Amino acid sequence: MEFTIPLLILAIPLFMFLLLGLAGMKMSHKLAGVLGCLGMGTVLVLSYYTAFTYYFSGNPEFISAEGVRLQSVIFNVDWLAFTPNLVIRLGFLLDPISAMMLIVIPTISFMVHLYSMGYMKGEKGFQRYYAFLSLFSFSMLGLVVATNIFQMYIFWELVGASSYLLIGFFYTLPSAVSASKKAFIVTRFADLGFLVGILILSFYTQTFDFITMTSQPGAVFASTAGATFMGCSVLTWAMVLIFMGGMGKSAMMPLHIWLPDAMEGPTPVSALIHAATMVVAGVYLVARMFPVYLQVPTSLDIVLVVGAITALYAAIVACAQIDIKRVLAFSTISQIAFMMVSLGVARPEIHECLGYMASMFHLFTHAMFKALLFLGAGALIHAVHSNNYTAMGGLRKYMPITHITFLIGCLAIAGIPPFAGFFSKDEILSAVYAYSPFWGVWMTAVAGLTAFYMFRLYYLIFWWNNPDYHHRPHDGEMAMSLPLIILATISVVAGFIPFGKFVTWRGHEYIIEMNWVVASVSVIVAVVAILIARALYIRENDMPKRMADSCRWLWTAANRRFYWDEIYLFITHKIIFNGICRPIAWFDRHIIDGTMDGFAYITNQASYAIRNFQSGKIQQYVLAYLIGALLLAIVTVCCVL
Amino acid sequence: MDLTLIYYLVPSMIMFCCGVYGFITRHNMIAMLISLELMLNAVDINFVVFNRYLYPHALEGMFFTLFAIAIAAAETAVAIAIIINVFRAAKNIDVADLTKMKN
Amino acid sequence: MFSNILIYFVLIPLIMLAGLALCQNIKQIRAVAVTGSLALCGLSVYLLLEYLGLRAAGDEAPMLFTGSWSWFSPLNINLAVGVDGISVAMLILSSVILLTGSFASWKIDPLPKEFFLWLVLLSTGVFGFFISIDLFTMFMFYEVALIPMYLLIGVWGSGKKNYSAMKLTLMLMGGSAFLMLGLIGIYYHGGETWNLLEIANNSSIDPAWQNTLFCLTFVGFGVLGAMFPFHTWSPDGHASAPTAVSMLHAGVLMKLGGYGCFRVAIYLMPQAANELAWIFLILTGISVVYGAFSACVQTDLKYINAYSSVSHCGLVLFAILMLNTTAMTGAIMQMLSHGLMTALFFALIGMIYGRTHTRDIRLMGGLMKIMPFLAVCYVIAGMASLGLPGLSGFVAEMTIFVGSFEHTDMFHRVFTILACCSIVITAVYILRVVGKLLFGPVYDEHHLSLTDATWWERTSTITLIICVAAIGCFPNFFANLIKFTFSPSIFAVIGMN
Repeated sequence: MEFTIPLLILAIPLFMFLLLGLAGMKMSHKLAGVLGCLGMGTVLVLSYYTAFTYYFSGNPEFISAEGVRLQSVIFNVDWLAFTPNLVIRLGFLLDPISAMMLIVIPTISFMVHLYSMGYMKGEKGFQRYYAFLSLFSFSMLGLVVATNIFQMYIFWELVGASSYLLIGFFYTLPSAVSASKKAFIVTRFADLGFLVGILILSFYTQTFDFITMTSQPGAVFASTAGATFMGCSVLTWAMVLIFMGGMGKSAMMPLHIWLPDAMEGPTPVSALIHAATMVVAGVYLVARMFPVYLQVPTSLDIVLVVGAITALYAAIVACAQIDIKRVLAFSTISQIAFMMVSLGVARPEIHECLGYMASMFHLFTHAMFKALLFLGAGALIHAVHSNNYTAMGGLRKYMPITHITFLIGCLAIAGIPPFAGFFSKDEILSAVYAYSPFWGVWMTAVAGLTAFYMFRLYYLIFWWNNPDYHHRPHDGEMAMSLPLIILATISVVAGFIPFGKFVTWRGHEYIIEMNWVVASVSVIVAVVAILIARALYIRENDMPKRMADSCRWLWTAANRRFYWDEIYLFITHKIIFNGICRPIAWFDRHIIDGTMDGFAYITNQASYAIRNFQSGKIQQYVLAYLIGALLLAIVTVCCVL
Repeated sequence: MDLTLIYYLVPSMIMFCCGVYGFITRHNMIAMLISLELMLNAVDINFVVFNRYLYPHALEGMFFTLFAIAIAAAETAVAIAIIINVFRAAKNIDVADLTKMKN
Repeated sequence: MFSNILIYFVLIPLIMLAGLALCQNIKQIRAVAVTGSLALCGLSVYLLLEYLGLRAAGDEAPMLFTGSWSWFSPLNINLAVGVDGISVAMLILSSVILLTGSFASWKIDPLPKEFFLWLVLLSTGVFGFFISIDLFTMFMFYEVALIPMYLLIGVWGSGKKNYSAMKLTLMLMGGSAFLMLGLIGIYYHGGETWNLLEIANNSSIDPAWQNTLFCLTFVGFGVLGAMFPFHTWSPDGHASAPTAVSMLHAGVLMKLGGYGCFRVAIYLMPQAANELAWIFLILTGISVVYGAFSACVQTDLKYINAYSSVSHCGLVLFAILMLNTTAMTGAIMQMLSHGLMTALFFALIGMIYGRTHTRDIRLMGGLMKIMPFLAVCYVIAGMASLGLPGLSGFVAEMTIFVGSFEHTDMFHRVFTILACCSIVITAVYILRVVGKLLFGPVYDEHHLSLTDATWWERTSTITLIICVAAIGCFPNFFANLIKFTFSPSIFAVIGMN
């Protein structure tokens, strides 16, 4: 494949960022928005073209004669050579998962660009907003097409920075500022693990290159055999540390705390970054390194356990949130944890890594319906000017488009056939059951909870009571409704994509077979959960309140997210800030600097002590001289005599 | 009675000691200058007397004295000029108080 | 003598000094300062091109453009000059910072003429230091660069400037004392010559003396490189210094320390370096983390930046001590990168201070609304400092970490990971400042009437940002420029690649 089009996919958003960032202030809002959308639209077309070429052209670059999809490097240029072997290259890798991401990212990004034309209309810094969106799209695309792990790390940092800038977009709000700071620092901490992981891995393999690492992992990692650290092989350490990076970006416990706060950003940003694209980077990373993870199953078990615990935790917390964006945020955490679990249970002996395929499938469908839900939430917030469901209710009459699309999103995420989420979640559950029934039951319970909290949200927003609105809420303008409709359509049909044909481990075609037992169990659980939610929340009653009162501690704990923020606050403020930074600063000012000042003090005192010898009074000198001369004379005389 | 060397040396010794005493104890710069002159003149006397009594055919002592007188005159002129300027600046010629240039 | 291009790096500042002495008013002073520093920039770029041309033509000599003129033959003192890729990079850095520093002191008050005279004298020392390969002239230029600092801080500084100026000068002079001892030792034990190349080629320093001399010279230069525990001049000194002086000092002078450690201590005494590196690794490793932690609780912008410099310069020395090509390349890149971004920081802090008359972050807030240009530049500087890819900090740090990780033993591993931790702490203090200072609501109503950057301030900051971004976007160019010049001979002794 020619390199022009893939290069343009990366270059256009970067160019738009520079253009809007440097010249944006001179542009009108409308021009900046249109330019942003045009740029992203072009990228959308180009990346669809690239992805479709990859999947359907039958080009021997992309698919072997046996029908195995290949990894193909379109271009790869040296960027920084550390040593002759360790070279950071910037390149463009096409393989099943990156081609899939080339569909997901531009789609969501374009929808968000379009939607923001309506949502952000008249906001101060509109041009800056579009510049940041372009920067984010550039970084995210660069991340998914990375040919080597260091390129991924570079763009990983860049998406982190653009996420920081976008969360803090309303920079005059202290809450937005602290949320952006929190997001950056927590993910930075995770990136430290990622970085150390990369260092370990590259030291032993002498390569950053994904293809080299993943095509023959056994041979490449032969040199790590025998190298251990604290009882685990270094490869395990490296993979766990790399996963730590993924935990940070994908908001896995215990590094999830930044994501709910990140909802301080504009809602379309939440849809793009904190629901559909950036937060799945962790999943993508594990998938990208999957053959290496398979070398050390311990690390995959860690992925599984972390994912499963996070999924349950986030689902419980989501049941007790008031802010609708927070509910969606926790639901995102929970769904990403599903993908992680799915990767954690993928083994070649279990349906040829069904979990891998299922995870990618869920990533795809989740991106669509979660973006839909967030954009819908944006429309609601736009209409009632509040993030809390307590300010909403009965909105189905006022906002029909939003209502229908939101319902589709809820059905999709709850896993009701024939919506997209059903298919992908069913694959995940099948994979988990095949690996271990215990985790299977666990994840089914989480799926049930998912259906419950989503429909709790749905009923509270669109049914429940009907408060007096100051002015009649209504659907957003066309720019806002169109993306909702498009995404809803995709959410309805995406499940029917024969995903196994396109994305599998090692590129072999895999025919998805419905596991009807698992599917029916999960559907029944979901339906029951929805019915419970319906019974509780369809119209205003005090049942939910009584239930919350009956186990007040649980409700409070869930509402306060099980006090993770407080724990972090304690660690960062009390231990690190007051316990390390302040003593160090004190030590520096008083002990180290005090020693230096002490030297100066001693010198000063010594000179004070001897300065009286040199008073500057000539008469004293004369006297001293005289006495000395006399003494000398006496001595001389005495000696002579 | 012969005027021996000692008749000259004793007064010059007394002059010199007075000069030293005055130089050490006085704080007034003029007084210090006078004391200095006393010491110089005492030394001059010694030069002349030693020359006259010990080496009557040589003249070095005489010349030295003449130089010393000339230089003392110049030195006094300079010193007086400094003292006058100091007095103008500080309204005071007490050496103990003239510490402005310290610190 | 005048056919050697390097001599002009000293001549131009001297001509500038003469020109400044004749100046009558501020306009002429500015004209002389800007013309002169532009000429220096041009000269250094020309030198770079010439240098690359010679290297491309296959010139493998360790130093190019060498020349030597006898100065005091009884002691074999020569004015010997020569450059390799590292010196070329440092010369470019110095001239860029001198130029931007001149712009940043556009409105210096009082005594502009004297200010620029001392500033140019200081840069004479800096340029002279980087072109010398004779230890004695090197030391002389080093002192020429240090002494004007006292007057520049003492006269044009702010806050407790007398104390800071005295402290800075005395501590650095204390370092110089060690250094001079070391250099004289090298002279007598290295075959009675001051010439770096000759000493290195003969590798003639008595092994029994190497350890002592290594410690003396490393500590001597390390003081200027803000090595723990000799770094305390840095926070006070930088806090009191006027803007351009902070820029030059943190941007260039602290690099003299790292450069000297590399060029003298390690280059001339490799065996000792190999043997004793661990002691200094501990100290510099502490510097890296310690500086970063200290920066987290400071409230004065300049203190934050000074501690951040301690941390970043600690990383320079840390990487040099790793004794392998990758880490050393990273060290030099970090010197470049830190020089540019810290100069940018100090320039911006000076500009903000010039408007708000406070540097206390508790008394400011929401400046993004009031002075967007400066605020955006500050964010960019912060991002460079915390290692955002595409800006210079990232490439330098990554090169250092990858290089440091080449050591397999536990000791180096632990310290490398410790040093890696600094990227998180850096993020904490940078974002703390950015969040408090630039974002949020406007803290002080009086600040609302303040203006944004003037054209000369914009010139200064934009130049620096372009340089920072250039290194960040095209790191391989700089890495190759630096890397080629590591003479394999020193590594042969150490037994590393």
